[in-house]
Order: sequence, then C-alpha cells, then structure tokens
Amino acid sequence: MSAETDAGPLQRTPLYELHISLGAKMVPFAGYEMPVQYPLGVLKEHLHTREQAGLFDVSHMGQAFLIGPDHATTAAALEALVPADVLNLGRGRQRYSQLLTDDGGIIDDLMVTRSISAADDGRLFLVVNASRKEVDYAHIAGRLPKSVRLEPAPERALIALQGPAAVAVMAKLSDVATSLGFMAASSGCVGGFDCHISRSGYTGEDGFEISVAADKAVDLAKLLLAQDGVQPIGLGARDSLRLEAGLCLYGHDIDETTSPVEAGLEWSIQKRRRSEGGFPGAKRIQDELTKGAKRRRVGIKPDGRAPAREGTEVLALLGDAIGKVTSGGFGPSVNGPVAMGYVAADYAGAGTPVNLMVRGKALSASIASLPFAPHRYARKS
Amino acid sequence: MAIERFSKDHEWIRVEGGVGTIGITSHAQSQLGDVVFVEVPDVGRKVTQGEAVAVVESVKAASDVFVPVSGEVVESNGDIVGQPALVNEDAEGKAWFFKVKLANPGELDALMDRAAYDTFVKETS
Repeated sequence: MSAETDAGPLQRTPLYELHISLGAKMVPFAGYEMPVQYPLGVLKEHLHTREQAGLFDVSHMGQAFLIGPDHATTAAALEALVPADVLNLGRGRQRYSQLLTDDGGIIDDLMVTRSISAADDGRLFLVVNASRKEVDYAHIAGRLPKSVRLEPAPERALIALQGPAAVAVMAKLSDVATSLGFMAASSGCVGGFDCHISRSGYTGEDGFEISVAADKAVDLAKLLLAQDGVQPIGLGARDSLRLEAGLCLYGHDIDETTSPVEAGLEWSIQKRRRSEGGFPGAKRIQDELTKGAKRRRVGIKPDGRAPAREGTEVLALLGDAIGKVTSGGFGPSVNGPVAMGYVAADYAGAGTPVNLMVRGKALSASIASLPFAPHRYARKS
Repeated sequence: MAIERFSKDHEWIRVEGGVGTIGITSHAQSQLGDVVFVEVPDVGRKVTQGEAVAVVESVKAASDVFVPVSGEVVESNGDIVGQPALVNEDAEGKAWFFKVKLANPGELDALMDRAAYDTFVKETS
C-alpha cells in the first residue's frame, strides 16, 4: 500500500539475509532495505505471480493490536478514526479502511481484522503502511478511550503468498487456510508454524497474508519457496501488480489531501456509517457521497506504447489541465502502459478521451475503468 | 577500422567513415532491467553533444539517452521501437539506437575507450 523513502539508518526485515542469498537487488523503501527484484526480473516476476504464485516479504508493514474489554468498545474506538463499519465486522472477518484527518483526508489506509476466536473478543488486528507506522500509531494512541490500548507487534513478520497456485500450496501446508474466503482470517498452522492467516493481498490475485513470529519467518519463507510454482517477488513487481489491480499506493494515489470518495474508495464505507457519520471528516465525506466529489481517481490507458509516469499532467482535448497521473508505468499482464490519477469529475467517465503530457508532447489516452487486470479473489458467500 | 568510445552516461559510439552508431551499454541495460519502451530521434535532427535525444524505459523507470557527439541524425533504429526487449538481448549490437554524422570528430577525445569505461563502471558501481 505505500512507498516513500525516509532519511536515517535503514532497518532490515527478518528475511534480509534470505533476500541476499536469493540474489535480490536491495533498495531503500519506507525506511527499510527491501528487495526490489530478484534475478528473474520485474517483468517475469510479475507474470509469474499472475500465472503461479509469488512470495512477498511485507514484514516492513506495521502490525498492531487494538485491545479493549469487548468488541463493541474496541470497535467504537476505531470507528471514531475510520469510516468503515467495524462494529458489525464478523469474527474472523477483515475489512479495508482509512484513518482520516478531521477534514476527511487519508492519513493512511489499513486492514482491520476481528479475531476469529470468541475468547479474543475485543481484539482487532491492524496492518498499516510501513511509511506511516509512526504517524498512525501516534494518531491512534492519542485518540483512544482509557479502556482501549494500541499494542504494536514489531516482533512479527508478514509474508504474502499471491497468485492462482497459492491455494494449492496452502492446502498442502495449512490446516485452515483454504477454508477461508476472500477477506477472512484465522489463526492456524502453516507447515507447523503458528501463524495468523488472512485471504487477502495487494496483487488482485487470490492469495494469503501470513503473519508469523519474526524468529520463524526465515524457516517459513524457505518452506514456502520450496513448494512447486513459488518464486520470490520484489517491490518492482509488487507495484506493477497492484497498479494493474487498481489498488492505491499510499503517498502516491492517496494522501492527506485526498478523501476516500475522491479516491473511489466509497465501497469501503458501509451503509450504517454513511448515514450515521461519526468519523473524522464525516460532513465532507457524506456531502461527497450524495453530491459527488469534484475530482475522482480513475484508470488512464495511454493509446500508444509510451508509459506515463507519476506527475504527468492530464489535459482535456481542448487543452485544459484537468488532473495528474499519480501512478503509472508498464503493465506486464496488460502488455502495455497503464496509469491511474485524479481528474475533474466531468472527465471521469470511462472512455473519455484525454491527452497526457509526456516529455513535452501530448499523447492520446482515455479514461479506463479499474482494474486493468481482473481481480481473481476467492469470494465465498 | 571503427573507433569505439563510451560516455559516462553509459552510451557507446562506434565511428566509421564519419558516422557514429550510438546505443546504450550492456551495463546500462542490466541496470535498467526489462526494457518496455524506446523512443529514437527523427532523421535529420541536429543534435549537440550531451543533449537528451532518445528515451529508454524499463518496467521501473524512464531514462534519457544522451548523444555523445554533435552532428545530424542520419538513421534511427525502428527495430528496437517495435521490439524494446532487443535492448536487453543485444544492447551493444542489434539494439543500436541511432546514427549521427559527426560535426566535430574532436569531441570523441572527451570519451572513454573500453578499458577506461570498464574501470569507470567498476569504480562507480
């Protein structure tokens, strides 16, 4: 979900040595030394994930528990910060939401999971962006009632296994994983290691995110990599996969200046919250939900072969500046350039022709519906 | 005999009969990764040493290709436009970018020979 390179010494995830031994090219990312690609290369890593299964080290992301006396109390504490319906989140269910500023801007996007076990009621598991960890934790901790506390879990690693072959791998290694549908989660074993498993990810493919104790992470990753069809995948392909899937990267496609409605994330604001409000920026967001936002995040498909990168200006055919590209590059599965960005609402309809200013030249493009690559989640009703 | 020189921006130039064939080095393509888009200059364009005249984009990023000598573009390589992956396969051969009729052959003196370039790559990577 995020990027940004901060100053200061770089941290390493528990899988750092493994990445090196696999021949990864390491780069600074969100304060961590992370693998941007392995010897396979970004293009093949991307295609491999869509065809078989990719293993991603996402241990840099922030994992934390929100702990209160009961579900209603913890849920209410979180609902004061995010627009999702947390109260009615079922046991073992996961939801995507956003921490909001008082005027409805996005401080971060995050995953919220309610523990599957009744004994753990009152515990929510949060996963936030690496680049926003400190900001998020301070923001949340400073706004909790006395009976609810935030407990970051830096002793945990996070490994994502994504792609159509992920389910067969997990069927072999895990007792519970394959019983989970999309956006469901459970504690369970993977290859004998105690894990917390969710069926979700950041590629648009079916897959799992596996939280495990840091000191077990290398053994678990090696076990997963030893399975048929599993390759390690770096940040380069992670970015092109999520771009084709139409998923936001924090600090690029969403930030404190964008609202969830502008970002096209209103699907993540459930009915009860839309009518009741009670989250930061509710007035603006409710207003945008009824009247529409002035600008919208959209997909943009260049007509030619030239990629349009972040920051590229989007023009109407008559020449008016109507927006900017926030993520753009080459989509290996699309086999052509793909982008997303914000445009004025009048131009946000799929099929609207626009121009992109690339190296001083206007290149023709059109607004496209997202995702570029169809989602293949394992939805169970 | 062709004269072969290299720039600090990782272009190669091979000069024969007053015309230089220009491309990016094998080292450059390996750093870029999978090349997905190439733009070459129009024939007839007057170019100045150090000017950005072509573009090479990988999955990761866009990079300019700087012309190592001044002159006039006399040919550009359509093959790499249609098949950008050629740049990864044969950067210093089939995947040349364009040819320039040299205006001032003395500019070659500022460039490196292969041994000097190899040292430069070792020292900077």
